[in-house]
Amino acid sequence: MLNPKLKLNPKLFDKKVEQLPTRNGYGEGLLELGDTHEDVVALCADLTESTRTEAFVKKFPNRFFEMGVAEQNLATVAAGLGISGKIPFITSYATFSPGRNWEQIRTTICYNNSNVKVVGCHTGLSVGPDGATHQALEDIALMRVLPNMKVFVPCDMLEAKKITKAIADVYGPCYLRLTREKTPVITTEKSPFTLGKGDIFWQSKNPKVAIFAAGPVIYEALLAARDLEKEKIEVEVICLHSVKPLDHHLILDSAKKVKGVVVVEEHQVAGGLGSAIAELLAQSLPKPMKFIGIEDSFGESGTPEELLLKYGISGERIKAAVKKLL
Amino acid sequence: MNICTLHEEKLKFLEEKAAAIRYDLIEAVINAGSGHIAGPLGMADIFSALYFHILNHNPKRPNWADRDRVVLSNGHICPVLYATLAHAGYFPIKELETLRKLGSRLQGHPHRGSCPGVETTSGPLGSGLSQAAGLALAARLNQETHYTYCLLSDGEHEEGNLWEAAMFIAKNKLNNLIAIVDRNNIQIDGMTETVMPLEPLGKKYEAFNWQVLEIDGHNIKQFVDAVNIAKATYEKPTVIIAHTIPGKGVDFMEYDYHWHSKTFSKDEAKLALSELRTLKGRIQSEHQ
Repeated sequence: MLNPKLKLNPKLFDKKVEQLPTRNGYGEGLLELGDTHEDVVALCADLTESTRTEAFVKKFPNRFFEMGVAEQNLATVAAGLGISGKIPFITSYATFSPGRNWEQIRTTICYNNSNVKVVGCHTGLSVGPDGATHQALEDIALMRVLPNMKVFVPCDMLEAKKITKAIADVYGPCYLRLTREKTPVITTEKSPFTLGKGDIFWQSKNPKVAIFAAGPVIYEALLAARDLEKEKIEVEVICLHSVKPLDHHLILDSAKKVKGVVVVEEHQVAGGLGSAIAELLAQSLPKPMKFIGIEDSFGESGTPEELLLKYGISGERIKAAVKKLL
Repeated sequence: MNICTLHEEKLKFLEEKAAAIRYDLIEAVINAGSGHIAGPLGMADIFSALYFHILNHNPKRPNWADRDRVVLSNGHICPVLYATLAHAGYFPIKELETLRKLGSRLQGHPHRGSCPGVETTSGPLGSGLSQAAGLALAARLNQETHYTYCLLSDGEHEEGNLWEAAMFIAKNKLNNLIAIVDRNNIQIDGMTETVMPLEPLGKKYEAFNWQVLEIDGHNIKQFVDAVNIAKATYEKPTVIIAHTIPGKGVDFMEYDYHWHSKTFSKDEAKLALSELRTLKGRIQSEHQ
């Protein structure tokens, strides 16, 4: 059952569940930060509307810098601002930032320990018809290997807003992973949230499998959990909005109770959340694992639904993985 | 605006400081067993002028908010930065012996927070001008009046990131930023004009809406004058293209690109230091 303590959306499994893109949460969070944090500035590489930076631009024009199509300069100018008392949020599509400008992020933001918030939009296959060039599937891996960098993957629009606001108060480099498509709003304003801590969204009395997920794709895991319950297969679904730092305590607690672990993410299996959890469990509590993600391939054009189905990121695939672990 | 006039006596002092910086940076690199030499020697006069005449700074308070900032984009010439910082009093000159050693504050390439006086982490080329832009932009937002000086190599103008920064700085008319290019014509694989022709470099900057001032990088008076012109210019950012001699002060190194990152043999080290001991008079005479 859904964890009642988390006050999740009561209409979560309705066909007409409210759907909004996570990038909207970023836009709203940034706008609020404009009022509350005078040192917050925004920089964007020619994508202000699409990255939802636009409202901030209109309200705080003197604290916004249009960088043009120049992602290397986007990261490095922000690096200078971030060591001068400013809190720069930089946005582009994730294949360009943090993709194209990875070395600049490594040297001038991470090693330099500059207070820059890197916001990557259009991640995952659900970018859709734009095709593989614009579908960032490697960004979590690229960011989580960097010392000083923290990595956050919101599951819905509201969590994206909460993370946006929270990271302004954490000194140092952060990566926020956003998506283009509308996805179910899973949490509510009242859902408790602590940056860096995971939450058990779906709980069972005697879970046999733990399903860890980050990002909107957790909705597929929740649908799978509901179906499995009807088949009397008990699972837990844990939302990990923080890939780094990883909530070790919660992961180990959940893994202790179960036979096996499934990890679900809209990212390459190599290097993503699944890898991070495997690194932890392999050392502390080895468990059989299944990884639901993109398996060493690029995406292609199509609708988000078609793509997720074709590349095997679906409730059906999650259910099959759970059953193999029983 | 802080215009710095330069008297003969001060000029002589700066030239002597430059000679001392050259001597100590060579000793530091010899001690380290690796590190760049030619570039640092070529920039010693400019570093002397910056830290002992132009900059508004306080070595006892390296994080003082109103200090002028220096961004060393071509981080590989850090031996000259370290030697200058030591002479200016940021840390003891003896600490130069630790260059590139385990646990040292003097990393092989500069690292912010590691060593007092180092403003940014650098080494990978082409990204210092952008970082300097960020510093200058923050100063403008905060209505602070300090200057940001960005030192660049010529070779790093082959990096696209640098020209992204050049566009951005001109767009925002960041006249509180002064770029200084070490035009020494060498890079690791050879002469810049062979590896990847940069000329007409000044015209490139002009086309990007910068004010361009070309000087002899070993003529301290010309450099100080150029900085004063840059400070008096409000409608455009300024780049000072300083023509320098790589390896300046050591005959067998001057103009030879092989010395970009090569280190000395023991005999070469002795010869270099003995040449530097007799340097003072020679450098002064070349200016006249």
